Amino acid sequence: MVARGAARTMAHLWMILGVIIVAFPVYYVFIASTHSVQTILRPPLPLLPGAEAYENYRGAFSGEINRIGGVSLWRLLGNTTLIAVGIAVGKIVISMASAYAIVFFKFPFRMACFWLIFITLMLPVEVRIQPTYKVMVDLGLIDTYAGLILPLIASATATLLFRQFFMTIPDELLEAARVDGAGPWRFFKDILWPLSLTNVAAIFVIQFIYGWTQYLWPLLVTNSNEMNTIVIALKKMISFADADTPWNLVMVTSVLAILPPILVVVLMQRWFVKGLVETEK
Amino acid sequence: MRRTVFPHKLLPWLLLAPQLAITLIFFYWPAAQAFRQSVLREDPFGLSSKFVGLANFRKVLNDPAYLNAMQVTVVFSVLVAFFAMGIALFLAVQVEKIIRGKGLYRTLMIWPYAVAPAIAGMLWLFMFNPSFGTLAWPLRQLGIAWNPLLNGDQAMALVVAAATWKQISYNFLFFVAGLQAIPKSLLEAAAIDGATKRHAFWTIVFPLLTPTTFFLLVVNTVYALFDTFGIIHAVTSGGPGKSTETLVYKVYNDGFVNLIMGDSAAQSVILMVIVIALTAFQFRFIEKRVHYG
Repeated sequence: MVARGAARTMAHLWMILGVIIVAFPVYYVFIASTHSVQTILRPPLPLLPGAEAYENYRGAFSGEINRIGGVSLWRLLGNTTLIAVGIAVGKIVISMASAYAIVFFKFPFRMACFWLIFITLMLPVEVRIQPTYKVMVDLGLIDTYAGLILPLIASATATLLFRQFFMTIPDELLEAARVDGAGPWRFFKDILWPLSLTNVAAIFVIQFIYGWTQYLWPLLVTNSNEMNTIVIALKKMISFADADTPWNLVMVTSVLAILPPILVVVLMQRWFVKGLVETEK
Repeated sequence: MRRTVFPHKLLPWLLLAPQLAITLIFFYWPAAQAFRQSVLREDPFGLSSKFVGLANFRKVLNDPAYLNAMQVTVVFSVLVAFFAMGIALFLAVQVEKIIRGKGLYRTLMIWPYAVAPAIAGMLWLFMFNPSFGTLAWPLRQLGIAWNPLLNGDQAMALVVAAATWKQISYNFLFFVAGLQAIPKSLLEAAAIDGATKRHAFWTIVFPLLTPTTFFLLVVNTVYALFDTFGIIHAVTSGGPGKSTETLVYKVYNDGFVNLIMGDSAAQSVILMVIVIALTAFQFRFIEKRVHYG
């Protein structure tokens, strides 16, 4: 469907317009983060970066966020990174283990276990908010990293993907490994893991984004500011906004909440697209 | 089923244990509790509860606030799915006409996927903030009384815009993949027969994209129903009035903020039925897609 001449120029113009629409909100907040509060509060905002960039970012990192968010920017970024990485790694570990058990062993209720995991697809946290919260309280998991990470690492999609991939491994490979005396751990470490690396990378990108962008769950299971993710902290800053709100610092926080996952998506684009297409089908 | 497997009996259970424990504790047990609570009613002090059958469901389904939330959800989901898919399909068709710079456009299109829904909402709120938003300013100059914090329709427009913006990149990637799978020979044949570009699009390309479109329709509906909670919570909190209160927002608000257990549990069960229906629909469709390759 490649076009020529005027039609192709037209296509470029539409794409440029599309990119501008898609990029503008993020560009806007980046520009705002480089201006003073006074400039931000007097619309329209200039379209180019201001001179306050260094001042704003230095201030945000050296404790001025504490004043509006009750906790340092470093802590917020640390919490969010820990949760995102924890969820991504956790999901990969437990779903690989489950898929390995289901594909390479024979035991009673094998498929029942698979369906048990699969059906969790139909039970997103939104449909069981209140009772899940009660479980968290009973187990003493409120305001803990375990509480923020553990309940989110069960993954039907990742288990499904690893199961599908493991089933494509030829029987001969396993037979040969067994003849050579390899046990389950040896087979996994030396043969299966190296073959799984692209799948692992793909799932890591998708789940890192999933973890970084969590909202309802951290909202439910954290009370103390110390345990906030950067997304939740930002929401709190905006809800309590008043005449004295340092909007320039809010904008800096927004940029820092957006930047890490965008970098992961753009830098790991190949795996990201693979992961997106494969986990969803 | 494999011919060769490892002979261990205990090891597979150990491997499955973490995933099974988490699903039982954090998924099945709470879901069962939601079902249980949905047929019970607690006394005002929360000391005892009695079985009331389907009374909670009757109450919820006759509650004007719930019917309002249902209507808001339908309007919101239809608008988001329509715009997010329409814009993405249009851009995917455009990018397919291009040879040089395709990769660059794709890179520039995909990253809203990485922005948290709540933050997508905040970005749009910044731009359209009635007091300092740069894009609210021209609206005011034009004499429009722009204030999404007071006007329900404007609030809805703002959350729809934010939700749509975030979903375009996802749909774009899938439409591009769908377009690339269409055999070029069909389009060449149409061109030789003298079909116009527009005609060829609606009679060949669009019908062949149906599997992708259906798939995205389900995904976008699920997204609009559940994943946009953050946008609504961060931007409007369901307001002004109840003009942007969706079903998921209401479940959260009744169960967690207002603490009305029976009602909230009945709403949870209704939502569960919706998810199960959507998931079943999605998997039926995927079976079909396997057939047509």
